[in-house]
This record gives sequence, structure tokens and C-alpha cells, in this order.
Amino acid sequence: MSVKKLGLKQRYAHMTRGLDWETTYQPMDKVFPYDSFEGIKIKDWSAWEDPFRLTMDSYWKFQAEKERKLYAVIDAFAQNNGQTGITDGRYANVLKLFLTGISPEEYQAHRGFAFAGRHLRGVGPRVAAQMQSLDELRHIQTQIHTISHYNKYFDGIGEFPHMHDRVWYLSVPKSFFDDARSAGPFEFMIAIGFAFEYVLTNLLFVPFMSGAAYNGDMSTVTFGFSAQSDESRHMTLGIEVIKFLLEQHPDNLPIVQKWVDKWFWRGHRVLGLVAMMMDYMLPKPVMSWKEAWQIYYTEAGGALFQDLARYGLRPPKYADIATAEAEHISHQNWAIFYQYTHAAAFHTWAPDAKHMDWLSEKYPNTFDKYYRPRWEMWNQMAKEGKRFYNMALPQLCQCCQIPMGYTEPGDPTTICFRSSQYKGETYHFCSDGCKDIFDAEPEKFVQSWLPVHQIFQGNCGGATIPDVLNYYRLANGADNMDYVGSPDEKLWNEWQADKLKTAV
Amino acid sequence: MSVTAITPDYETHIEFRDAEKNFHGNRVVYVHWEQHLSFCSAIAFPLPPAMPFGAFVEEVIKPHYSAHPDAAHVDWSKVVWMIDGEKKTPDFSKSLEDNGLHHKSLVRFWTPGFEGYKGSAS
Repeated sequence: MSVKKLGLKQRYAHMTRGLDWETTYQPMDKVFPYDSFEGIKIKDWSAWEDPFRLTMDSYWKFQAEKERKLYAVIDAFAQNNGQTGITDGRYANVLKLFLTGISPEEYQAHRGFAFAGRHLRGVGPRVAAQMQSLDELRHIQTQIHTISHYNKYFDGIGEFPHMHDRVWYLSVPKSFFDDARSAGPFEFMIAIGFAFEYVLTNLLFVPFMSGAAYNGDMSTVTFGFSAQSDESRHMTLGIEVIKFLLEQHPDNLPIVQKWVDKWFWRGHRVLGLVAMMMDYMLPKPVMSWKEAWQIYYTEAGGALFQDLARYGLRPPKYADIATAEAEHISHQNWAIFYQYTHAAAFHTWAPDAKHMDWLSEKYPNTFDKYYRPRWEMWNQMAKEGKRFYNMALPQLCQCCQIPMGYTEPGDPTTICFRSSQYKGETYHFCSDGCKDIFDAEPEKFVQSWLPVHQIFQGNCGGATIPDVLNYYRLANGADNMDYVGSPDEKLWNEWQADKLKTAV
Repeated sequence: MSVTAITPDYETHIEFRDAEKNFHGNRVVYVHWEQHLSFCSAIAFPLPPAMPFGAFVEEVIKPHYSAHPDAAHVDWSKVVWMIDGEKKTPDFSKSLEDNGLHHKSLVRFWTPGFEGYKGSAS
């Protein structure tokens, strides 16, 4: 007698909901202590819908197949010396930024979803969160394997986990995830699952993966494809979680709105690193940050929030400010790294005349007026042998931890200074968005580990630049400073010379 | 307590990480040269509160902004000062403390006639 196979839906029911039970030795509230303190009210956990209906056994099969394909491409890339076929040696710095600034956050996302996957009471979201947790772990692993090939040739790659915990600008993405992971499971799901993975994810992955494709980096492109089907599952989880919370109880709306406002702004600040990568670091640019923001936030996000309006949810507070900032942040961020190049784990450079013309065309309202003169001044100084460095440490925002280099909305010539008083001490912020986040939970943000203040307190290996670089494990003269004159550039030029010889 | 926390005594576990006592007798002072955004943000220094304001200008502000082409031409007697949001005329012979600087005070200054490289605020 043949055994009748289960349908997909039945199978899903058995392999997820069927594995759950009501505890009897201990009350459910004690087993799931984290899913009530945030004030979110859930009346019916079984109302959770998972459109993917993926079970763990098919998940393994599916992922294993993708891994086989990815590793075949990575091997072929290495065997064919794919690193010599990228557009320019400068491109490697995009990978350094990704591996030090983004990959460790995949790991943090893995930890965060593992926590949500343990502490949400409903089995549907719990299983979905567990799978996403495994995805994120797979992502950091495949990213390390993909980029490790470049580590054989380029500087600034090998110490990425150590750097993530210490280097001043990496505290920006680190503190973003630390904030999300030290919140409750529902806030984490809205922060990372919805705001980051749904609303903003295309502004992170599309630029890096298209940037790789445009610049001859086939291994990173393949990683991107391998992660793509995971990302679409993550987006589905993100949208499902927000709809679920809003449908469960009207009291959830103000809490969810507060989180959407907060995490949109925090995400926007972190993505400023992507903005400068797109506009300044890609030897062959894909599109400008402003264009990407228009497509992926203004248009796609606009449609999304129109759809969510039926729940009473409005678009994130300060979305208009973020849109206005799209004219400025890439220029302001790259200027920060240009003047602190001695403390960066990747190389910097000033845009040349051709690249500046591209920026003028992409930013007709702002580049020629505010940013071209800055680069022209710095290029002139460099020509005279007086390359511009900022030899003091920057004031940092207490919330996003970025140097306070952003300008007043509507006035690109004046820095935006905001501050709050809490228990007799002053705290400084780069924007109203960051100030609001602090004011809502000052107890949390007075604990920020601000790299500049930590150096002053004597906690970062010493008071001089070499002391601090040593503490960061940042190799002075190799990992940092301008691309021109770096060991990376020397190696790249040797490869080009070899190619010419071979051609002759 | 406004933070949303599972522990009711969260506040008793807070570490105020940047309290003045952690800076070995110094206070953090931020300073910013307005209309000169080639210096990307205000810059930060740990300074003794007894330091005279004049020494702050001579030994801290001037050397750190000297890379800018405008720096050599500034007439420091005409500089407009703002300390923590208020326009002030600091007494150069008095200390930072006597000039009203607290821990994490922000000192902004304008140099009339100098609006950055080619007047671009850079």
C-alpha cells in the first residue's frame, strides 16, 4: 500500500504549528517572559500567516543547492585571478567597507532573530524568525568566504571582526544593531524585520551588488544572487509582522508608529555609508544616491505607506528631511573620511575632474554650489604638498555616533546642532531625528560608547594616533591613508603592467 | 523612567559613560569654526577647566584650524563667539570655567569677512 503524500499546506501545518504545545510544568508567561513588557497586545497568535510556508527540511535542501552554485563561482573566480579583472584597485575599498561595516551586522541580525525566534509565543513567527536567523548566519559566512579571496592581495580586510568592535566609524552600524538587540523582540522585529529589511533593504543590497556587477566583481554578484531569495523571504516577514501587530489590537498602533519613526531614522543614518560608497567609491558608478533614494524610498516606500494607511500608520517622521538630505549626505560623509583618512581602514581619494562632472550632473542643485569648491580647495592644497587632514577628533552624535557633520535642513552652510539636558549633563545630536530618539529613552543612550570620548578617557590604547590605530589593529601606512601611494595601488599597477607585457 | 525595559530597576544599572569624573580632571569642550565646513564637524578636546580662554584660543583653536587658507588672516579681536547657544564676549584672561564653559559645552565662532574658500562656506 502506498502512503499518501501530504499537500504543501498540510505539511507546513504539521511541521510548524504541529510541533508546538502549551506548556504545563511552567506557565506560558514564564516560558515566554519577553513578549509582553513592550506593551504589544496579541489576541490570537494563530492569525499569523506565512505566505512562504517553508518548513525546515525543505529550507535545508533549498539553501544547500544555492551554496553549491555560489562556491563553484567563488572557486572559478579565484582560479581565474578574478581580482585582476575589476575596474580599478580602488574598487577593493568598497569590499572593505562592506566586510567591516555590513557583514558583522549580518551576524548581529542572526543573534537578534535567534532571540526573537526563541521568545515570541506564537509558533508561526517563531519559525520564520528562526529561519531568518539561519539565513543571516549563512550570509556572513558566505560574505567572509567571498571576500577572503581579496584578503590575499589587498590591505584592510583581515581584522574585520576586531575592528567592528573598536573602530570609530564602525560604531555607527554596531550601535544601530546593539540598540535593536537590546530592545524587546517586537521592537527588534519592527527595527530590523520591517524598517531595515523591508523599507530600506534595497538601498543597501542593490547598490553593493549592482556596484559589484558594474565593476567586474563576479564573486560578490553571485553572493548577492545567493542571498536574494532569502531577502525576499525577509521582506515578507517584515511586512507580515507589521500587519499582524496592527491587526491584533488598536493599542499597538502608537507603539508601532514610534518604532517605525525611530528605526527609519536610524536606518537612514547608517545608510549614509552606502550613499558615499555609491557616489564616490565605485570606479564605475551605477546611479547616484539621490536617484536610488528616489526609486527605493520615495516611490517604493511611498506606495508601501499608502498601503499601510488603512491601519492608521503614517509615513515615518522626518522622511521629508531624509529626502532633502539625499542631496547632501554622500558629499558630507565622504568629506569626513577624506579628512580622517589616517584613521580609516580603507583608502580614500578626492574625485577627479571627470568624476566631479558626473556629480554635477547628478546633483545640479547642490554639488557645484557647496561641494565642488571644497574638493577644488583640497585638490589645490594636495598639489601644493599640503594635503588636508583634520588633526583633531570630531564631535559625535550621542545617538547615531556619526561625526556631527550634517547641516541644517534648508541651510547647507551651517552645521545642525541639537542638544538635550538629562540629569545635569548635556547630550549633543546631529538632527531632530536623533534628538527625539534620545529624548524618548535617555536612560539607554547615556550609555553610548562614543569612540572619541573613549579615547579621551584613556580606554583605547593611548592618546596618540598610532596608539589608537594599534588598538584598532589598523596597520598604519597600509590599511589607511589615500589610495594613491598605498601598497594596494602599487600592487594594482604591477598587475596592469603585467597585463601590458603579456599583451606585447 | 521612560525607557521600555523588562527589568523594573533598569535605571539603577545605568552607567553614565561620559560623566565628567571619567575624564581625569578635564572637561570635554567642542569648538566649531562657522562657515568653514572643510572641517567636517565641531572638534572635541579634553581640557582643564582652569585653562585661560586665551590659551584655549592660542594653543588649541589656532593650531587645529591652521590648515585652512583663511586661518592666517583672521583678526581674532573681531571674532563673534557663541557658547552653548548664547552670543558672548569671552574674557581671554579668565578660565574656561569662569567664562561659563561646562562639561561638553559647545563653542561656535564666526570670523566676519571670512566665509570659507571663495565664500563657499568650505
